[in-house]
Amino acid sequence: MTNVILSTTDISKRFPVTQSVLSRLRGQHRLAVNALNGVSLDIIKGETLGIVGESGCGKSTLARCLVRLHDCDSGKVLFEGTDIGTLNGPARRTFNRRVQMIFQDPYSSLNPRMTVRQILAEALSVHSMRPKAQIETRIGELLGLVRLPPDAADKYPHEFSGGQRQRIGIARALSVEPEVLVADELVSALDVSVQAQVVNLLLELQDRLNLTVVFVAHDLRLVRHISHRVAVMYLGKVVEYGPTSSIFAAPQHPYTDALLRAAPEVDPSRRTRTVAARGELPSPINLPKGCLFHTRCPLAMDRCRTEIPALRPRGDGHLAACHLDTLPAKATP
Amino acid sequence: MTAPLLSVQKLSTRFHTPRGVLTAVNEVSFDVRPGEIFGLVGESGSGKSVTLRSLTRLLPYGATIDGVVLWQGQDLVGMSDTAIRKVRGGQISMIFQEPMTALNPVLPIRVQITENLKAHTDLDSSGRAARARELLDIVGIPDAARRLDEYPHQFSGGMRQRAMIAIALASNPKLLLADEPTTALDVTIQDQILNLLLDLRDDLGMSVVFVTHDLGVVAATCDRMAVMYAGRIVETGTVTDVFRGPMHAYTRGLLGSIPRSGTERSMLLSIEGTPPGLASIPNGCAFHPRCVFASDICREKRPDLRPLGPDRAVACHHSDAVLAAGSVLA
Repeated sequence: MTNVILSTTDISKRFPVTQSVLSRLRGQHRLAVNALNGVSLDIIKGETLGIVGESGCGKSTLARCLVRLHDCDSGKVLFEGTDIGTLNGPARRTFNRRVQMIFQDPYSSLNPRMTVRQILAEALSVHSMRPKAQIETRIGELLGLVRLPPDAADKYPHEFSGGQRQRIGIARALSVEPEVLVADELVSALDVSVQAQVVNLLLELQDRLNLTVVFVAHDLRLVRHISHRVAVMYLGKVVEYGPTSSIFAAPQHPYTDALLRAAPEVDPSRRTRTVAARGELPSPINLPKGCLFHTRCPLAMDRCRTEIPALRPRGDGHLAACHLDTLPAKATP
Repeated sequence: MTAPLLSVQKLSTRFHTPRGVLTAVNEVSFDVRPGEIFGLVGESGSGKSVTLRSLTRLLPYGATIDGVVLWQGQDLVGMSDTAIRKVRGGQISMIFQEPMTALNPVLPIRVQITENLKAHTDLDSSGRAARARELLDIVGIPDAARRLDEYPHQFSGGMRQRAMIAIALASNPKLLLADEPTTALDVTIQDQILNLLLDLRDDLGMSVVFVTHDLGVVAATCDRMAVMYAGRIVETGTVTDVFRGPMHAYTRGLLGSIPRSGTERSMLLSIEGTPPGLASIPNGCAFHPRCVFASDICREKRPDLRPLGPDRAVACHHSDAVLAAGSVLA
């Protein structure tokens, strides 16, 4: 396909656990947190791909692998067909410019000792986006783009509220005119009313600037609102992947189904009193055998405990990794 | 109508800081009825947590509380320190947002539960041991006998929250104060804890005051709710009434800010601006700088919380216009 801009093929990432000298001398097996266990995704130009999952599912690690803040242990991340792990020098710098990341925490991702003008001017000059004389005007444009007042340029990050800081982060990412934005929990640290402002801004900017967005979040309502397609992750694997509407209307994986039923809807008439998923996330150090979800799955069979289900097509570009062909009708309407 | 279990009247909490007096809670009044879950909703800085802590005077030194908190015929605000210690953690228990910081990291769970049993019940030591095991069973911690001797760091986030609930239940409380108990948890675990709280309410008949910023959680658990903004209650009502027909522009905006199904990739009805800091609460209606319904009167005169029936009250000059504008849910 020609319109795939960024893709991953079977990428894995392990983070070794620090071990004592004694246990190493004893020759004990080195433990590692298996953050990503073979993730393959395609990101299509101009779309928003939502990546959703609970804490520890590897969604942030995946985001960082996409911009090469982490190198993958195995598998490849392809940007326009080129393995980003092989990029060097100017080619890597161009990649960095074209694929930008916005971070979750607006308090730690901005240098507290630089004014907004310095933050933006640094990005503009590192990538030689504009001749020196035009940098000033460009900063004004960028602030207007994210709807911050022009006098914001000479203030320091601590003078802004959380929502305004996230706008500065967006302005910094946009200053280098990227094609892909990877947003890791962009609005999670913000109050609800401010979240909506930033979400509206992101939707508007995406249309205006033809951006491709990878939106990583744990909030299903947000991901549903913003994404064209969604990938649901569990323990470092994509368990379900497809168009937003079909995933939310008819989930094909028991985990997605549980996640959807657990997320409280903002409608008091749709209350349920059944617990959506039993138990808790297994340790990512000792992954369960077979299907990773079988320890919590209400539908687990013997086969699930031994055989890893592959992502299989379910029609309409919808894929799910479950041995069952269809989920049984829900107990609760 | 049944008599309220807890009646809060004109509660105000002030903090005396070097930079002046900050009023975190301003003339807040509400009732909690037996067996109900009452939700206090607001964004950060709205005073919802301080309100909750003021009920049992669980505030840092230097804070002053005015008003009346009526509990079983007694005013908790004017009560002596010794007397309120019997109520706090006894008839009224509290659970917190961060189970890791609320639990003592150097004591096993058993000690933390029996501590509370010793203070608030007259069980002997074998009775306390049995009750501690029973409490872990009630809150759904498997393998209770072994887990009692474990420390908080050996528990997962959801299990820690369950352990904290077990400690709170040790004294057979009539009222449970819950301060964002599920905010730090993942959604499937949150769902488990919310269902646990609902089951406990049904089985033990206790009331719950539930502080949260998540309207989804309110919709899923609460019976009645109060929305707070800048230290004041701006709207109260049954959860169904408030969600169906919000009468305060803030409530309407808050509901509109949450993405719903069926409106994917459209602009959300957001609220411009940010919530005010306590040191700079606007004159008149505190919400007027962010309000699309605001007129001159909103800038000059603060609206009172007007009762509109037994279960409904709103503090807005233009509540009719807000109601007419409709809920995003309707």
